[in-house]
Amino acid sequence: MAGIVGYGAHLPRHRIKAEEIAKTWGADAPSYKKGLMLREKSVPPPDMDTITLAVEAARNALKRSGGVDPADIGAIYIGSESHPYAVKPSGTVVGEAIGATPHIHCADFEFACKAGSEAMFVALSHIDSGMMKYALAIAADTSQGAPSDALEFSAAAGAGAFIMGKENLIAECLYTHSYMTDMPDFWRREHEFYPQHGGRFTGEEAYFAHTKGSSNALLEKSGMKPGDFQWAVFHQPNGKFPSRVAKELGFTKEQIEPGLLAPALGNTYSGASPIGLTATLDVAKPGDMIFMCSYGSGAGSDSFIWKVTERIDEVRDQAVKTAKLLHENLIYVDYGTYAKYRRKIKKNY
Amino acid sequence: MREVCVVGVGMSQWGEIWRRSLRQLFVDAASDAIKSSGVDHLDGLYVGCMSSGLFVGQEHLGALMADYLGMRGLPACRVESACASGGMAVRSAFFEVASGASDIVMAAGVEKMTDCSGDDATYALATAADQEYEVFNGATFPGLYAMMAHAHMDRYGTTREMLSAVSVKNHKNGSMNPVAQYPFAITRETVENSVMVADPLRIMDCSPITDGAAAVIVTTEEIAKKLGKPYVKIIGSGVGTDTIQLCQRDDMTTIKAATIAFEKALKMSGKKLDDITFTEVHDCFTIAEIVVLESIGKYQPGEAGKAIVAGETALDGSFPVNTSGGLKSKGHPVGATGVAQVVEVYKQLTGQAEGDRQLKNSPKVGMAQNMGGSGASSVVHIMEVGS
Amino acid sequence: MTMFSSRNWREYPQRYRLEASKFKKSGKTYFPPRDVDPETGDTEKETVILPDTGKIITYTVIRVAPGQWGDMSPYGLAVAELTDGTRLMAQVTDCDVEEIKIGMEVRIEFRRIQTESHEGVLSYGYKFVPKWY
Repeated sequence: MAGIVGYGAHLPRHRIKAEEIAKTWGADAPSYKKGLMLREKSVPPPDMDTITLAVEAARNALKRSGGVDPADIGAIYIGSESHPYAVKPSGTVVGEAIGATPHIHCADFEFACKAGSEAMFVALSHIDSGMMKYALAIAADTSQGAPSDALEFSAAAGAGAFIMGKENLIAECLYTHSYMTDMPDFWRREHEFYPQHGGRFTGEEAYFAHTKGSSNALLEKSGMKPGDFQWAVFHQPNGKFPSRVAKELGFTKEQIEPGLLAPALGNTYSGASPIGLTATLDVAKPGDMIFMCSYGSGAGSDSFIWKVTERIDEVRDQAVKTAKLLHENLIYVDYGTYAKYRRKIKKNY
Repeated sequence: MREVCVVGVGMSQWGEIWRRSLRQLFVDAASDAIKSSGVDHLDGLYVGCMSSGLFVGQEHLGALMADYLGMRGLPACRVESACASGGMAVRSAFFEVASGASDIVMAAGVEKMTDCSGDDATYALATAADQEYEVFNGATFPGLYAMMAHAHMDRYGTTREMLSAVSVKNHKNGSMNPVAQYPFAITRETVENSVMVADPLRIMDCSPITDGAAAVIVTTEEIAKKLGKPYVKIIGSGVGTDTIQLCQRDDMTTIKAATIAFEKALKMSGKKLDDITFTEVHDCFTIAEIVVLESIGKYQPGEAGKAIVAGETALDGSFPVNTSGGLKSKGHPVGATGVAQVVEVYKQLTGQAEGDRQLKNSPKVGMAQNMGGSGASSVVHIMEVGS
Repeated sequence: MTMFSSRNWREYPQRYRLEASKFKKSGKTYFPPRDVDPETGDTEKETVILPDTGKIITYTVIRVAPGQWGDMSPYGLAVAELTDGTRLMAQVTDCDVEEIKIGMEVRIEFRRIQTESHEGVLSYGYKFVPKWY
């Protein structure tokens, strides 16, 4: 089976604390911090967007690829709900920046928070089909939550990138499963700046039904049990949802711990479970099994079972680790700076 | 080559001149120059202007200005070398007369900078830097000179006090110049409490946005004598260039283009550095005055700032610099500046400088150093009093 | 207005990938690439990729920023000498402007540089960030 040849992540250094957002809107910070497990979130400065995050994550993936020639990459897929252009691909910029153009296939994916795992799924399929030697899948977002909306406590930025191939793997993909229904739990209409959501309707029938639907089918397909995995990564719109679904499926706290980034990072949307996977690979050992399940509103889940290879020990330190980007050298901003950075303030251009 | 003289000069009012347009400012200065020289016609006109196209949407200044001066048919064109456009216009007139092709040529400079927004003016000025590799990346003109200042401070220990001394001196001189934009004296505290623009440069380290024009009549010595007006000889003209990108210069603490221009002008003049007893230099920012004085070899690297603080470059010092008030106090209508520097040297050499800024002891040889961009081009003229 | 999209597109190899010219005779590397070696007049050259780390040799902090960079103001601007000796000028981002100093080690990151009006083309390129890992 196909698998990951190189992986990397990139995160903004800027953070805003839940208290800072709560203070501005008179909201109750503890209900976000304890209730939803959202302490703080990443904030992209004005010179950072989905494309720049994708380029840096891709460069880190190349560093861990053991010398993949970018010209050998046959496809670049970027999953995001915040592509900087409505019309003009993000992937071509990444292709130029890493030197992978012009003999390459390129597409931008969009499926709420699932676009990144979608890119991974398609990239893996290309390798399995024998169509190309390498395919680059990137999950990146600089998502926006409307001011004062609950989403504002979580909508964050980050990127994860994976070079898929057949040889010299870091992690082999053993099984995948996708599970979709039509679900109006969260959306953003064309030309609208902020998304809308169904409030509590985004829980049981949306996130939980689809992540469990996909995960249970994959466990059944693979004949494996939660106990067979060292690690598990779930989509994380906050810290609470993935913790609860993991528990209900029979995974332990310890299994999801390295990949559960939301409490300190927020929800990186398309990037959420893919970046969680990079953080998990950073600590995984040869032979470890990793369970991964994304979720995107609208709605669907892609699940993957990864088996880590011996090569992880060689490549782990070839690029910056996700936990380092997550926890070190942070720059905290106030709400005014955050509002300016996220272009939430109306001004004359 | 024939001997070339400046026989008459003119200036418009400088400042925010809301009631005068680009062409009117030119006519103010040009008429003044014609009147003061006594010439009854011109054979040619060079108009130094950096960016009228961006500032007011007007190019093709040669024809426009000749017409509005009442001289339709006059051979005329615009000359451009960023903020050194004025000096380049003087040089063009100089060579046209020196070559024998023409006898009486006007060199003028003009810029109308206040008819656009601050952002647009910043953009227009920044076109003198490398658009793709400096401006694209966020460089502004104060920013480029600020980086020179930090490099100079780091290498030679140049201080805040030295930068302030340039501004204070030039404002003192400018307070005696009736056409200056900011004709008032300031203190060191004024400079050091002013708003930071680009570290370490504060607003009072920067020359202002100015509307203004200047003009000089360039002719042969024979005609100058016949006119019976005071005149000065242009005995040296030099130009130098360097890479437009600051970071590609061998040394960011010196301006090689100024060194080259000065050495060429000095060689042509047959004089020695010490024969020159005063100069106008292109103090678009305070650090520029320090760097230029070192680049022309008047002071060793790292020594100019100390000399300025010690008063050596004051009106009553051993080597007065920017007696006009310089770009800082007089103003900096970019295309006009190089011509106005020649106007000031003319006035000092002919004893016509207004008020107490006239140098004592009848100076014999003076210099004007004009500069484009962050120092990618420079024009130097050395002038001697007419006999 | 100039057509910014084509002007910017032409510079992608330099702005996106830091491609530079290395001349045969002098062995000198120039960024941005040139057709003629300014020192020797040589035109024989190869394309090289600049290293992505270096240190600041001079800098400023732009506090009165053109509207284009208003959201970034105040921002650092510096000349860095890269590990191969070439120099380039770029903004210093992701740091407190008061921390910028000569000698500071930086890394080059891919960033958005300009946004042409509200509707126009986005341009990308290189910026310096503090080298903290």
